[in-house]
Amino acid sequence: MPTPTDPGATTPGDRAGGATAAAAGHATRGTAPIIEFRDVEKRFGDNVVLKDLNFHVNKGERVTLIGPSGSGKTTILRLVMTLEEATDGMILIDGDPLTHRIEGGKRVRLSNKEIKKTRTRIGMVFQQFNLFPNMTVIQNITESPIHVLGQSKDEARAKAKDLLHKVGLDDKADAHPSSLSGGQQQRVAIARALAMDPEILLLDEVTSALDPEIVDEVLGILRNIADTTDITMLIVTHEMQFARDVSDRVLMFDGGAIVEDADPHTMFTAPTHDRTKKFLRAVLGEGQIGTR
Amino acid sequence: MLDNLQATAEAWPFLAQGLWVTIQLTVMGSALSLVLAVVLGLMAGASNKALAIPGRIIIEFFRGTSLVVQLFFIFFVLPQFGVELPGMVVGVLALGLNYGAYSAEVVRGSIASVPQGQWEATTALSMSPVHRMRRVIFPQAWALMIPSLATLMVHLLKGTAIVSVILLRDFTFYLDQLTRQTDTFWAYAAVGLVGYFLLALILTLFMNALEARAKHRLGRGPSLREVLSPTPTNKNSLSTAGGGV
Repeated sequence: MPTPTDPGATTPGDRAGGATAAAAGHATRGTAPIIEFRDVEKRFGDNVVLKDLNFHVNKGERVTLIGPSGSGKTTILRLVMTLEEATDGMILIDGDPLTHRIEGGKRVRLSNKEIKKTRTRIGMVFQQFNLFPNMTVIQNITESPIHVLGQSKDEARAKAKDLLHKVGLDDKADAHPSSLSGGQQQRVAIARALAMDPEILLLDEVTSALDPEIVDEVLGILRNIADTTDITMLIVTHEMQFARDVSDRVLMFDGGAIVEDADPHTMFTAPTHDRTKKFLRAVLGEGQIGTR
Repeated sequence: MLDNLQATAEAWPFLAQGLWVTIQLTVMGSALSLVLAVVLGLMAGASNKALAIPGRIIIEFFRGTSLVVQLFFIFFVLPQFGVELPGMVVGVLALGLNYGAYSAEVVRGSIASVPQGQWEATTALSMSPVHRMRRVIFPQAWALMIPSLATLMVHLLKGTAIVSVILLRDFTFYLDQLTRQTDTFWAYAAVGLVGYFLLALILTLFMNALEARAKHRLGRGPSLREVLSPTPTNKNSLSTAGGGV
């Protein structure tokens, strides 16, 4: 089988312009891109959700995607997690193609085995938690480390206990997910994702399904993870304060394209595009831009 | 009336023998149908067409042809090709294939109704398709499929009556015999209906218990012990029962 040849060679240099070039200027952490979108298109039937999308995220960077619903933010996370596959273009993870490579001008899908190899480097936390109801909390966390990564039961359990401590649920190891509150379930889901030691963590509106009062307990844990690890994070959220606190960069999306790419301070205090200003006014309230 | 009772008492050893054959057919037929249902249901629901299409064809074939014809085919036609099977095996095979095909649709449908988020979480955790099915999806689908499987098993129990056409001496066979000594009404209504009804009741109670257990494992509903306990341990069930304004 042909090796995934240097994918860079197949992409003309001029395509890397636009958002990618702008993005590079804001990178504050590593400079090697760990996620790279090249001319990515995603359509569902006739509905084009993403069109010729180019951007990259550097190793260790925390990037938040904001924008109105339907602008394609969640689709981007789902593409990176391989829950969806791009209909054109390619996505690279640490330089390796994720689901498709381009060979002699043609898009070729990788084998499931190759895709899985890259996928184990990526974790995701969902809006609806998606804990497995047929397992206890600790089984939820250790299932994949044991059966996918091949860790020993003792090793996986010790690590799971450690993670449960980190998310403040030491006493819930043997509890059933259905006996936990939404906030607790989401904390377990975060621990479960971290148990796989992902290099990239995708957070898809992780507080949207929670009561307003418990949003902070979940965000606090994510802040702590952001502060104490160097995991690359790609975040979709409506919590602008959180986005501002943890992000190195914020990307404003509209209609499947990047409208603005800036550091959080600039994005929330002095956005340049009218579309961004309008969106932030709607989200943060009139007169909020520049004052927060 | 007294004659009827006496005749029934005299015929009881035979009726009990027939009942035992019916129970064996039901239990083994259900077991075979369950195995086939899972295999065919997984095949028909697979994204791989090389599995899905044969699965579909087998299901449609056995659902679409009558149980009696299948029985006759296995009992009378197969021996002409050198395959001669004992009556009990023929009965179990026909019942298992026929109801297995019906149940396969239940299995496939239940697997498909496990929420999308569960499947996505297994992808995010890099589980293989087999691992995902065995450890996450099937245990959840199982709770969904039990009520429909229970209905089909009661159908299967009643379907066992057909095996007397291949000269298997089941409960119905001895009921026919009983009509010679008693009123037809007595044999079928009093003995027959009650006999099958009691068997169906036991089967249903057993499946209800399985369902309660499966649901409890998913964190829904009380444990089997609580269900079977004569005194309600769940206070909520008392308070909600009184609802309505």
